[in-house]
Amino acid sequence: MATFIARRLIQTVVILFLLSILVFSIMHLLPGDPVAIMLGDQASVEEINRLRSELGLDRPVPVQYLDWLFGLFRGDLGRSIVYNEDVADLVRTRLPVSLHIGLSAFVLAVAVGVPAGIFAALKRGSWIDSLITVLANAGIAVPVFWLAILGIYLFSLKLGWLPVQGYTSPFEDFGQSLRQSLMPVVFLSLITLAQLARQTRSAMLEVLRQDYIRTARAKGLKESRVIVGHALRNALIPVVTLLGLSLAHVVGGSVFIEQVFNLPGMGRLMVQSIFGKDYIVVQSLVLIIATVVALCNLAVDIAYGLIDPRIRQSRSM
Amino acid sequence: MAVREADVRLAVSAEQLPVRKSGLRRFVKAFFSRPVVLVCVAVLAVAVVTAIFAHLIAPYDPNDQNLAESLKQPSAEHWLGTDMLGRDVLSRVVYGTRISLAVGFVVVFIAGVLGMSLGLLSGYVGGWVDTVLMRVMDAMIAVPMIVLAMALGAVLGGGIVNVILSLGIAIVPTYARLMRGQVLAVKHSDFVVAGTLIGASALRNMLVHVFPNCVSPLIVLMTMNLGTAILAEAGLSFLGLGIDPPDPSWGSMVNDGYRYLLSNPLISLAPGVAIMAVVLSCNIIGDALRDALDPRLRN
Repeated sequence: MATFIARRLIQTVVILFLLSILVFSIMHLLPGDPVAIMLGDQASVEEINRLRSELGLDRPVPVQYLDWLFGLFRGDLGRSIVYNEDVADLVRTRLPVSLHIGLSAFVLAVAVGVPAGIFAALKRGSWIDSLITVLANAGIAVPVFWLAILGIYLFSLKLGWLPVQGYTSPFEDFGQSLRQSLMPVVFLSLITLAQLARQTRSAMLEVLRQDYIRTARAKGLKESRVIVGHALRNALIPVVTLLGLSLAHVVGGSVFIEQVFNLPGMGRLMVQSIFGKDYIVVQSLVLIIATVVALCNLAVDIAYGLIDPRIRQSRSM
Repeated sequence: MAVREADVRLAVSAEQLPVRKSGLRRFVKAFFSRPVVLVCVAVLAVAVVTAIFAHLIAPYDPNDQNLAESLKQPSAEHWLGTDMLGRDVLSRVVYGTRISLAVGFVVVFIAGVLGMSLGLLSGYVGGWVDTVLMRVMDAMIAVPMIVLAMALGAVLGGGIVNVILSLGIAIVPTYARLMRGQVLAVKHSDFVVAGTLIGASALRNMLVHVFPNCVSPLIVLMTMNLGTAILAEAGLSFLGLGIDPPDPSWGSMVNDGYRYLLSNPLISLAPGVAIMAVVLSCNIIGDALRDALDPRLRN
């Protein structure tokens, strides 16, 4: 088990390292001069050159990369041009917001989506199964930002039940935080919820067809024992592998949710930085987001290794 | 002697020869077994026709501003009302089909061709080429697709070509990994080894023998990714990072209408319905395709 964890850890580090090179290359080697764009059309050549050497952009690219990389380890993520703050400070205030909404949405998606899928599989062919399947199919086709806007239209503007925008930390005012975060969390979770319901249902159906389920029933086991002890454990294995992917989807969706509900999170920061041509921030943000996702994937893989003994013994790819 | 030949032909045809006419008929029957699939194919067909003949179908020019007529409610003249610049919402939704479908198809095509080539190369050649390529793909998958597309878009800029490039590149890893997995499963089959033995070059072996046997899961993936690509383009346009205004994209229309939600909800809501209809159809068609191509169901 320990070797398995160590192997996955090393793989994650390698991937993140490759990603840092990738992100840096994208930002620096694609066409377009970021400094000229930053200063606008009216800037003179001297101004452009001055800013370029100030930012250290006239040094050779590998030197810039190593400087950025070692800066990251020191906690120096660069400085934002738009906000005139250190990126690290910006991230410190915004990451908890994104984590709050994102993790809540993820937990909700798993807590509702997986049981829904299991239920649909068990009641296959019934109206409940049809309903859940239709809702799940609709759920993955709907654009999350549109659904959020529809929600605002119904629940805030027409019914007046919930506030339109705004964010309060749950530690400051739990009631207000709950009212403000209800729609963002629910809408952010819906697509992942639908995906998990679909995948769980098909995994469960696949497992229920197997011979060992028939054997368990023939042995005379109670149906609940068959489902929980045999079917569920095996059906959940492919679902667990999907949890990592689902988390990435939640992170992606949070960009839109934060935009619609005006939440001061990482996604919103990224959008604003892109509009402000703040490439240094974008660079660091992409890497941070990817690191968070990669670490969560690592946790999921380790959990997967704990559940399925076959994985622990197989060679890594 | 004749019997033996027939047996051999039967055995080979069951496994590896290209699909014959009876196979096609079987596939069509399996594909349309659920009536909803027919509806979805119809919806997609309508969308394609609308995109191609938008200039004939739309009642007005989508970019025709008329500030005197701004924010009008639905009426006989403007079935879905007008937006804040007096442009006809229905016409904009109709023209939006063009952009959404064009971006969707081209993105899936580019990502598919690129991803499949990389996966084919990586799986067939193996060794350090495989390791390096797959590690790079893993690194790209570590970033959520939208975030990667946004980062690429940040550097490339807006506009339809850059949106297509950003999305295409962001989706490539999925195809590459799937293709590679398929190739690895097929690589050691007898017919591939036989190909090498009779002197086929690596390229010919890859294209003629390995590729056709790997391609069906990828076709399913491409169909479902059409929906994903359309959603992603709408998302990027919604954020303002996609198609340049004033061209109508469904996503940017949703963004435009956000401020006028109380008075004119249709500006935001109508394009969303269009997105949902097309994406849902793609997904259901993709599901039906996968079930129809499932080799287990062939027995």
